Amino acid sequence: MNFLIGAFKPACNISITFSDGKTRKQISIEPFQGKKIEHNGVKVELLGQIEMYFDRGNFYDFISLVRELDVPGDIYERKTYPFEFSMVETPYETYNGVNVQLRYVLKVTVSRNYGGSIMEYQEFMVCNYPPPPSINNTIKMEVGIEDCMNIEFEYNISKYHLKDVIIGKIYFLLVRIKIKNMDLEIRRRESTGSGANTHVETETLAKFELMDGAPVRGMLITSYFLHILRPDVAGESIPIRLFLSPYELTPTHRNINNKFSVKYYLNLVLVDEEDGRYFKQQEITMYRLQDS
Amino acid sequence: MKMIPDGVEDEEKWLAAGIAGFQQNAFYMHRALDSNNLREALKYSTQMLSELRTSRLSPHKYYELYMRAFDELRKLEMFFKEETRRGCSIIDLYELVQHAGNILPRLYLLCTVGSVYIKSKEAPAKDVLKDLVEMCRGIQHPVRGLFLRSYLAQVSRDKLPDIGSEYEGDADTVVDAVEFVLQNFTEMNKLWVRMQHQGPAREKEKREKERNELRDLVGKNLHVLSQIEGIDLDMYKDTVLPRVLEQVVNCKDELAQYYLMDCIIQVFPDEYHLQTLDVLLGAFPQLQPTVDIKTVLSRLMERLSNYAASSADVLPEFLQVEAFSKLNNAIGKVIEAQPDMPILGVITLYSSLLTFTLHVHPDRLDYADQVLGACVRRLSGKGKLEDNKATKQIVALLSAPLEKYNDIVTALNLSNYPRVMEYLDSETNKVMATVIIQSIMKNKTRISTADRVEALFDLIKGLIKDLDGTLGDEVDEDDFKEEQNSVARLILLLYNDNLEEMFKIICMVRKHILVGGPKRLPFTVPPLVFSSLKLVRQLQGQEENPSGEEESTTPKKIFQLLNQTVETLSNIPSPELALQLYLQCAEAANDCDLEPVAYEFFTQAYILYEEEISDSRAQVTAIHLIIGTLQKMHVFGIENRDTLTHKATGYSAKLLKKPDQCRAVYACSHLFWVDDQDNVKDGERVLLCLKRALRIANAAQQMSNAARGSTGSVTLFVEILNKYLYFFEKGNPHITVAAIQSLIELIKSEMQSDSNTPDPAADAFFASTLRYMEFQKQKGGAIGEKYEPIKV
Repeated sequence: MNFLIGAFKPACNISITFSDGKTRKQISIEPFQGKKIEHNGVKVELLGQIEMYFDRGNFYDFISLVRELDVPGDIYERKTYPFEFSMVETPYETYNGVNVQLRYVLKVTVSRNYGGSIMEYQEFMVCNYPPPPSINNTIKMEVGIEDCMNIEFEYNISKYHLKDVIIGKIYFLLVRIKIKNMDLEIRRRESTGSGANTHVETETLAKFELMDGAPVRGMLITSYFLHILRPDVAGESIPIRLFLSPYELTPTHRNINNKFSVKYYLNLVLVDEEDGRYFKQQEITMYRLQDS
Repeated sequence: MKMIPDGVEDEEKWLAAGIAGFQQNAFYMHRALDSNNLREALKYSTQMLSELRTSRLSPHKYYELYMRAFDELRKLEMFFKEETRRGCSIIDLYELVQHAGNILPRLYLLCTVGSVYIKSKEAPAKDVLKDLVEMCRGIQHPVRGLFLRSYLAQVSRDKLPDIGSEYEGDADTVVDAVEFVLQNFTEMNKLWVRMQHQGPAREKEKREKERNELRDLVGKNLHVLSQIEGIDLDMYKDTVLPRVLEQVVNCKDELAQYYLMDCIIQVFPDEYHLQTLDVLLGAFPQLQPTVDIKTVLSRLMERLSNYAASSADVLPEFLQVEAFSKLNNAIGKVIEAQPDMPILGVITLYSSLLTFTLHVHPDRLDYADQVLGACVRRLSGKGKLEDNKATKQIVALLSAPLEKYNDIVTALNLSNYPRVMEYLDSETNKVMATVIIQSIMKNKTRISTADRVEALFDLIKGLIKDLDGTLGDEVDEDDFKEEQNSVARLILLLYNDNLEEMFKIICMVRKHILVGGPKRLPFTVPPLVFSSLKLVRQLQGQEENPSGEEESTTPKKIFQLLNQTVETLSNIPSPELALQLYLQCAEAANDCDLEPVAYEFFTQAYILYEEEISDSRAQVTAIHLIIGTLQKMHVFGIENRDTLTHKATGYSAKLLKKPDQCRAVYACSHLFWVDDQDNVKDGERVLLCLKRALRIANAAQQMSNAARGSTGSVTLFVEILNKYLYFFEKGNPHITVAAIQSLIELIKSEMQSDSNTPDPAADAFFASTLRYMEFQKQKGGAIGEKYEPIKV
């Protein structure tokens, strides 16, 4: 909103403050000195909006609540309106992605007959702390290329909170490819739209080197379970320890209002000496954990 | 990445580039350290350490880079320590460095912070160490992995939770320390072994060289293990050794197995080796067939030998663990497991075992003999050794007992000793024989029975006779003399007080030396003869108190033997030597009152003189020897004596040169006048001899005058004058003052004659003769009176 100073400046300052940090808020309206505001009423709205970037400016409100603050009249001096939206369901977290954003906003409207209504927006973040998952399984998988490579990897759990650490191990059971190194990547897959209009954007948020060089060459571990009994003799096991805190991750979002999803994957990448890449991707679930 | 074939120059370039990048980041890191900026410090140290990610450098060059990193990381470690003092939690720091995306810098930083972490004691050392050694698995590239783990070993070595260390933990603290080191060792060894499979096959040799350069990085772990105070024997036996050996055996790599076995032997205490011999030795047959086991095992035995030698207190331990039989078995197994082992290896092993048993069980000759026997078994069917080194090893093997016991007698009891010697070529056999003889002489060993002499001569037969195959070709004359002289000295050393036994010894020696051939006999017969004559004299001394039974050995018997022995010399031919020896024997027979024997010896001597000695010089020497010997003989009756004397005089007169004739003839005068024999005082024949000598001297003068125009010197006359004076003093009635007087005059006139060649020596001789006479005159008494009439 751009006004020519003096001529088109707003008739008043509107400030929205969170008086107790939770649900109770207040709005104060203060006209400029010597001016009065005639209005047809003052209201405040709480909006939960999703904006797709291919359709910028077009907000889809999945929440819209209104509180009337004042009946039509004049405001001569600073006037404060306390208000409260209690027991609001905010099922979705604020999200700011590549192609989509989900935001929460408080919108104050001073309705006027002339000069246009005066509106003021105040965004706020919503973080959800779901209960920690009760079931959190290990991810364990064996992958390979016949007669060339056979590896098994495991991540300690499948659901991580945002400051979590990924702990795991990779067992090399058979390696006949000249591996140069191995990385673990964290990838975020944001899909927007639905049906034929689905748009998927994948970002690599972390590239973390797990292994430098190639482990045992051409050695087939005959007993498949040997590493469980004697991990020290069963080929090579490479440890994984990846701290998630340095990366900007969000919780996993699944099918938010049929508009978008955000999923996370761990991608294990082996690079051979000819720069050929072999990889295996595994979805993990990210969630927000309340600080205790 | 393509490797450029001629990579040396490029490597220099890469190293330079690496160092440049490294220095630049180190500079920024220093700046961050100075301004206490942790974030920047981490950033630049990570970049700095990224230079270590290179694959382009050989280990040698990589090491240069590594050492720089090592120095810089010390500074960083100090900084981390200060950070914790400034309130930064070490745990946070430990996490923070793990955010680095590249694994190699991450792990170097982790080890560095880990070091501070342990020092802070905020977590037990064992937990941190375990985490570090586990995380390092991420580096599987051999060279980078080896250096990283080497760094870990370096920063952790003073932080192990050893007993007595400030980082000591709970009850199992030593186990934790050991586990850590063992794990690092195992991983490093795997990397090291794997190194050979990296890169193209054609560079294998270069890689093996590079691997060898890196071996100490791996071995360092064993060294660290050996420094852990808390490892007692039980722990070493139950954990450390089996685990290390498991790794060594399973890696199936020649280079690693050789180096690590040697390392184990060198770094751990002898006492432990002794107590774990079973386990340690059990590993050897499982090694790759190409591993140079002999060197390693030899070093083990050498160490144990030295340990045994260090103190007598430890010897019972050796007995208790039956070290010898264990080693012996192990060697047998190793040799069977490695059928391609060269014979050198086999001998080296047995040589070490022998040294070991000599040190540890000096009293167990049977052990030593067992070793030699085993050696013989392995040598059998291989013929003489061609391999120089193997031959040297056998010499070492055979010398060991001699050195140890300083006594060949002990070695002679080793039945397998000569059997081993048979595998030496004849040249070496001789060397060995010389060593044996030197040992005997050095230690003055008494070899006092015929059996031992037999055994000894069996050992040194290389010197005693020509062994088959060599036909005495190309033998250095000096060497040969040297050898034979030592044999001669040896013969003189063989001695027994018991005359009966001594006779047996002599017979034994004789038996052996007679096969020695013409070149050796002149060296070996004389000592045998003298040794026999010594025995004769001893028998002579004993005969006065005959103790009955021992009548088998008589001088007569010995003389018979001697006669035959000396005869061999005349056949070779070596007549001069034979003649001398005959005369020696005759003299001995004379002392034994054996006239016929003495006569026989003289006869032999005369025959030799007549038939074999034709050189005039030799004749002169021989005739004087004959005269000298004959003069002393008292055993002969008049007839025999006359015959011999007559012959001798005859020989004298027939010498070629006049002066020689003259001297021999006047020497013969002594044959007729022997002071202590009253029956030999024939003054007339003495005079005849002297007169004849004078005639010959005169003839010599004239011949000289005729041939050269000047008479020779008067020396001969002066000599004859001296003979005159001798007999004059002895009271020979036929030597008169007048005769002496006229001889003096003759000499004086000869001297003044014009044709006389001045001869200062003769003049001096004559002058001192005259002075002597003057002196005798002035002495007075009977002699003075005798001389009185002579006018000088």
